[in-house]
Amino acid sequence: MRIMKSWGFYAGKQLLRMLLLMGAVSMVTFFLMKASPVDPLQANVGQAALGTMSQEQVEKLRAYWGTDLPPVQQYVSWAKDFVQGEMGTSLLYRRPVESVIGEKLENSLFLLFFAWVFSGILGITLGVLAGMYRGSILDKGIKGYCILIAATPAFWLALLLLLFFGVWLKVLPIGFSVPIGMEAADVTFFDRMRHAILPILTLSFTGVSNITLHTREKMIDIMESDYMLFARARGETTWEMFWNHGFRNVLLPALTLQFASISEIFGGSVLVEQVFSYPGMGQAAVAAGLGSDLPLLMAVTMISALFVFGGNLTADLLYHIVDPRIRRSKAAL
Amino acid sequence: MRETVLEIAHLQISFTQYSRGMRRVELPVIRDLDVEVKEGEMVAVVGSSGSGKSLLAHGVLGILPYNASMKGNILYRGEPLSAERVQRLRGREIVLVPQSLSYLDPLRKVGWQIRRGRKEERVRKKLRELFRRYHLEEAVEEQYPFELSGGMSRRILVSTAMMEEPRLVIADEPTPGLDLKLAKRVMEHFRELADQGAGVLVITHDLELALETADKVVIFYAGTTVEEALCSDFTAEESLRHPYTKALWRALPQHGFQALEGNQPYVKDLPPGCPFFPRCPLRSEACREEVPYRRVRGGRVRCCAFFESPNKEI
Ligand SMILES: Nc1ncnc2c1ncn2[C@@H]1O[C@H](COP(=O)(O)OP(=O)(O)OP(=O)(O)O)[C@@H](O)[C@H]1O
Ligand SMILES: [Mg+2]
Repeated sequence: MRIMKSWGFYAGKQLLRMLLLMGAVSMVTFFLMKASPVDPLQANVGQAALGTMSQEQVEKLRAYWGTDLPPVQQYVSWAKDFVQGEMGTSLLYRRPVESVIGEKLENSLFLLFFAWVFSGILGITLGVLAGMYRGSILDKGIKGYCILIAATPAFWLALLLLLFFGVWLKVLPIGFSVPIGMEAADVTFFDRMRHAILPILTLSFTGVSNITLHTREKMIDIMESDYMLFARARGETTWEMFWNHGFRNVLLPALTLQFASISEIFGGSVLVEQVFSYPGMGQAAVAAGLGSDLPLLMAVTMISALFVFGGNLTADLLYHIVDPRIRRSKAAL
Repeated sequence: MRETVLEIAHLQISFTQYSRGMRRVELPVIRDLDVEVKEGEMVAVVGSSGSGKSLLAHGVLGILPYNASMKGNILYRGEPLSAERVQRLRGREIVLVPQSLSYLDPLRKVGWQIRRGRKEERVRKKLRELFRRYHLEEAVEEQYPFELSGGMSRRILVSTAMMEEPRLVIADEPTPGLDLKLAKRVMEHFRELADQGAGVLVITHDLELALETADKVVIFYAGTTVEEALCSDFTAEESLRHPYTKALWRALPQHGFQALEGNQPYVKDLPPGCPFFPRCPLRSEACREEVPYRRVRGGRVRCCAFFESPNKEI
C-alpha cells in the first residue's frame, strides 16, 4: 500500500517535470524562432513569388498561416493544437507535420539506436578494462583514444570516414538512407544498414569517450574499494573479483550515464546527418530552422525533448529498481 | 607441544612516496615487528590508531597496496609464507575478519557473500548452523549489507571466516563502534575460534578488551613491537617489562587513568634505536643503538634496561 502510494507520487512528480520541461523548451524554441530575422513567408513562398502577389494575397496568406497574430496568441494556439495531437502543416514539405516526423524519426531511430548501443557496449568495455588494468599500456592507449576523440569534432570524423570508405575505397555509399532512385518497396534491411554504417560509426566513435572515461573512473574506485580487497583476501582471482563484484557495481552507474547521455547522441546526429545527407530528424531540424518552418521545428524539438526526458527517466528508474539500497529503503521515492 | 601457526620476525613495511621535486621517499610505517601465534592461542596486537595495524594484517595476507613493500620473515606452520603460498591459502586456511562492513559488496546479499556463491547443500547447512550459533535470523541471508545493524554486521563478518576451516584467523580491529557488552561478545567469538584449535591474531587499539579474552598481548609502538606479555602479567605492574607497557598499565581505568605525557613520534622522522627514548624515564645512551628483542620471563621485550643488566628487575 505504502509502496503503491509512493510510486504514484513518483509518477506524478515525473509527469510534472516532463510537462514543465516540454513547456519551457517549446516556449524558448517558439520565441527564438519568432525573434529570428528569417521571414517564414519569404523563406517558403520565395522572394520572387511574394513580389508578384498583391498585398491582399499576402495578407490572406499570413492569415492562413497565422503569422498575422501577436506571437503569444500564436504560441497559445499552437500549444492547444499540439496537446490535442495536432501538429500542423509543414511549410517546407507542404504535408502534415506528423507524416514528415514519422518518416524522419524512423530513419533517425534506426541510426541512433545502433549508435547508442554500440557506443554503450564499446564504452563500458573499454572503461572497465582501462580501470581494471590502470596504469598499463592498455589503459594509456584507451585513455589516449578518449582524449583524442573528445577533441575531435564529429563532423570532421564524419568527413574523414566518408572520404575513406565512400570516396576512396568506394565500399560504402556516400549519403542518404536508401539507394538513390530505388523503389521504397525494393529497399532491403541490408540496403538501409549499408547506408547507416558510416553515420553509426561516427556517432559511436565520438560517443564512446565520455562513457569510457566515466566507467574507468568508477572501475578504479571499485578496484580500490574495501570489498575488492576483501575479495582478494578471500582468495578470489582477478576474474572472479570482476565477475562477482566489479561488473555489477560498475554496470549500474555506467548504464545510468548512457541513458542520461541520449541528448548527446541526439545533438551529434544533427551534424552527422548533415554530412551524410541522411534524411533524419537532425536534418529536418536544420532545414526547419533555416527555412523558418515553425510547425516542423516545434515538433522536432518536442520529440527530441521527449526522448531526452525518457532517457533521464529511465536512468532514474534504473537506480530505483535495480539498486537494493534505494529499492529496499522505505523513503526511496 | 602446540604447533606455531604464524611466526613473524623483523617485519618491515614501508611506502614509497614521491615528495617535492619527485624525490623518492621511503616511509617505514612498520619498522620491526615480531609476533608469534600458536595453535589454540589468541594473541592481541595492541597499537594506537593509524599505527599500521591494518597494514600488518594485509601484509600477512599478501594484499598490500602497490606502493608498499615488505621485508622480514613470515613463517606459516614452519615454512616461509611466500606470495604463491599465501595466494593458495588465503580465504581457506588463512582468513581475514575485516575491519568494517565496507569490506562487503554493497550489491550482493549477505548469505551469498558468506557462502562465496557456493550452493552445495553442505555449505548451506553450515551457514544455517553458523547463523543459529550467532543468533542471526535466517532472513538475514537475504539482506544486503546496508540493512545490517552494527552488532549484526560483526557477527556476519565473523561468519565469513567461520565458513571455512581456518587454521589462522586475523581479525582487524573487530570492535570499534560497539558498546562494551557487544564488543566483549565479539571477542568471545574469537576466543571460541581459538578454543577450537585455530591460531587467532586480533589487531586492536583496545588494550583493556584484549586483556579480557586473549592469551598474550603484543605492544606495538611507533612501528616497533616493544613487548610481548601474557595477559596474566597485567595483574601487577612489576610483572610487566617495558616502560611503555607499564605506562599503559597505569593509564588503565582501574589503575587511575594516569596518561603518559607526550605523543608517539611520527615514523617519518624517527632516529634509529628505541622509539620510546624521548619519553622513557629509564633512558640511557645505549638506547640510541639498535635494541634487540629478547626473551624475558616467558615474554619478550625490546629495552636497553634489560640489555645492560638482564637480571635487573625494572
Ligand atoms: N597506500 C598508502 N600509501 C601511503 N601511506 C599509507 C597507505 N596506506 C596506509 N598508509 C599509512 O600507513 C599508516 C598505517 O595505516 P593503517 O591503515 O595500517 O593504520 P591502522 O593502525 O589500521 O589505523 P586504524 O586504527 O585507523 O585502523 C597510516 O598512517 C597511513 O597514513
Ligand atoms: Mg586499520
